Order: sequence, then C-alpha cells, then structure tokens
Amino acid sequence: MPSLGADMEAGTLVEWMVKPGDAVKRGQVVAVVETQKGAIEVEIWETGIVDRLVVEKGRKVPVGEVLALLRAPGEAPPAAAPARARISPSARQLAEELGIDIRSVQSAEPGGVISRADVERAASARKAAPAPAAAAKPAEADWHAQMRKAIAVAMSRSKREIPHYYLATDIDVTAVTDWLAAENTKRGVAERLLPVVPLMKAVALALHEVPELNGSWTEGAFRPSAAVHLGMAIAMRGGGLVAPAMHDADRKTLDGLMADLRDLTTRVRGGRLRSSEMSDPTITLSSLGEQGVEGVFGVIYPPQVAIVGLGKVTERAWVHQGTVAVRKVMTATLSGDHRVSDGHRGGLYLAALNRLLQDPGKL
Amino acid sequence: MATLTREQIRKTIFDVFGAIAPEVEPDTIDPGKPLRDQIDLDSMDFLNVIIRLHEILKIDIPESDYAQLATLDSTVDYLSRRKGI
Repeated sequence: MPSLGADMEAGTLVEWMVKPGDAVKRGQVVAVVETQKGAIEVEIWETGIVDRLVVEKGRKVPVGEVLALLRAPGEAPPAAAPARARISPSARQLAEELGIDIRSVQSAEPGGVISRADVERAASARKAAPAPAAAAKPAEADWHAQMRKAIAVAMSRSKREIPHYYLATDIDVTAVTDWLAAENTKRGVAERLLPVVPLMKAVALALHEVPELNGSWTEGAFRPSAAVHLGMAIAMRGGGLVAPAMHDADRKTLDGLMADLRDLTTRVRGGRLRSSEMSDPTITLSSLGEQGVEGVFGVIYPPQVAIVGLGKVTERAWVHQGTVAVRKVMTATLSGDHRVSDGHRGGLYLAALNRLLQDPGKL
Repeated sequence: MATLTREQIRKTIFDVFGAIAPEVEPDTIDPGKPLRDQIDLDSMDFLNVIIRLHEILKIDIPESDYAQLATLDSTVDYLSRRKGI
C-alpha cells in the first residue's frame, strides 16, 4: 500500500486491474485504492509478471503492506509444490488462534521464516484496519469528515515538525497580465490559458535559482529533487483540497501546463488521481486570488520543504519607471522550512519569481 | 438553432452549469445576482462553461466579454443578442 501523502495511514483496495500471470510495465495502473482523499489509481514501479495478489478486494490495509508479488521478466513462476509457508510451529498456531491467513503474513526479514512477532504485527494491522465493509464509499458527510481529519493530520505534523519561516513580496504583474490578455485574443475558446498558468511556470523555473526549496525532508535530511513536480492545490467540490503533482512543470510549455491543469482539475472533481500524482510533488503552489485573498501564508505539506502562495491581482498606485502609475500587483508569499533554507535564500527565490514574471514571453 | 428562444438559452445555461457544478439547483439561482456568488465556480469551471456554451450555441465568446456573463439574466441577454434573438 503506497503512501499517497503525509496524511495517509491506510487505504482500502477496491479494485484490481491485473490478475496473476499478467505482464505489467513500470507506471502501469494496477489497482484502485480508496483513501480519505478519494479513489486513487495505484501505479506499479517495476516491470514484471504479477505472481500473486496478496490483498483481496475490499480489505483495508496500512501503508507499507504488500499488495501483490511480482516476478522479474523471464523469472520462472514459483514451483507449485512448496505451498507450505516458511513459518514456525508456534507462529502457525498463533495465526490459527487469531484467525490470520498466513499467506498474508510477511516475515520481517526478506525471505525469512514467519515468526510469532510477524503474526502479531499482522493481527495488529488487521485490528487497526478491520473493515472489509469499508470498501463501500462512505456517506458524503462521513467522507468530508475523513478528509478534514486527513488534512488535520498532515497540517498538525507540519506545524509540529517544520520550523516555518514566512516571506511576502508585492510583484508588478502588469507585463504578464497584459501579455496573457493579448495571447488569449489570438486563441480559440478551448485553447485559452488561465491566468495562473504563466505564474505556475515562473514558480517552477525560479526553483532553478534556489534549489533547496525543491525536494523533501526525509529520514532527518534534505533530499533535493532534480525534477520540479509542482503540487497544485485544487479545491474539491463541497470542501477539502488535494495538491497533485504537475510533473516536470519547469520543462513544460504553457499549453502543456494548461492541459495538465485541466486534466488534474477534472479528475480531482470527478475522476481518479494516480498514485504518482499524490506522492511526487516536490513543492506546493496555492493560488487563492480568485477567492479575493490578497496574501496566502501556506502550511508546508510534509515531507516537502516549501509552499508558494499567490494572492489576487489588484490595481494599485505603483512607482513604475520613476512615476506613479496604476499597475496590476499581486502578493506572492513563500513559507520555507528553516531546517533546509533561510529567509535570505527565500528572498532570492521571490526575487527570481519577480524577475521571471517581468518577461512573460520567455516563460 | 434558427428557432432558438430566450427560454431555450436559459435552459442551455442551466444544463451547462449543472454538468460542471452538479450541486446547482436552478430554482435557487437569483437571476440578478452574480453567478459566482451563488455557485462555487473557479476560473477553470468558468472557462469550461464558456467552452460548452461555445460548442452548443456556436458563439465565440472573447475574454473581453466575460464580464457580461456575470449574472444569469445578463448571460441570457448576451447570448440572445449574439444569436440575434
């Protein structure tokens, strides 16, 4: 069961999309899992042959539990004879007492003999996630309550573990706003770009100058990411939000980003996200300007180390080329993780963002 | 489309909003108040509304006209005018 975010503790397997003997390729969707944030398509990260589906449909299992076993391409299937599990007699007896199917128990040591401790762990996991009945989608109100709980878990962890610092700067976005208006007049209705799209590209590109904002804090250390996978906060209908990854946002064209945003928004609100989209973001962008918000001071989504916030574009009196003029201005913010960066570097990031937005034709 | 009426345009608008924001109940919409104050719409939803109206009514709606689609009444007026009704 993959971890699809800092707030996920368990998931219910609702559908297998492969069966034993099927050849699977890295990145292929093999199962659907119901989480507190809806149904997620689980991709596989190895190429091979499905040997066995370990978790049956309808079971809720904790993050980290093995869902299926895979054989390498060309590897012979295991001989049918040794169906007998490698398990100590006392562990077998305990499994019988507790009603645990030993085929679902993994040894703590790879390839090792299943011990009583392994059975007890499996029993605890089952107790923590007992309900095959939970496979059914919870009632709407319950589902929203679960989502709020999931968000609370992640945000509480963030506030507890991450020493945040917050920066804000006002950016003259007249150039990019005017450029976009001119660009959209040349386009048909279906090809138009939303105002957030060039901002997304600039947010991603600016990370090249301050890479310590892009990555994750894992096992006590910062792991920088070479790729920029922008987690775009998208509101769900009726409340709650998710921030799925727009992969390689710094390398995509504006049209590519618009297509990704359209696809993700559609699937957040009516379809299914994929596991990589939930687990891959290396930084989050929250844009709340449409709601009239002037400044967004975000809470970092662990294990990420930064979140960028964009407010609404307002017309303000602004000194431009030595004279006071009415310009379109937006407040951009950065919440950073002090374990990895500091205000000075964060300030350089916002300066880079400002600079990029002054030359929209290059985005 | 030659026989299109204002009432049909109004129904088309409700159908489009209903497909994009299923929670919308037509009876609860105040036709004189801004739609975005009554329906939880973001810019992607609004763009999708524009695209669907464009596809159904065969009208190109430029960005500079978006402000005329603020309320239900003004949207019906605008689309009717563009359709020559």
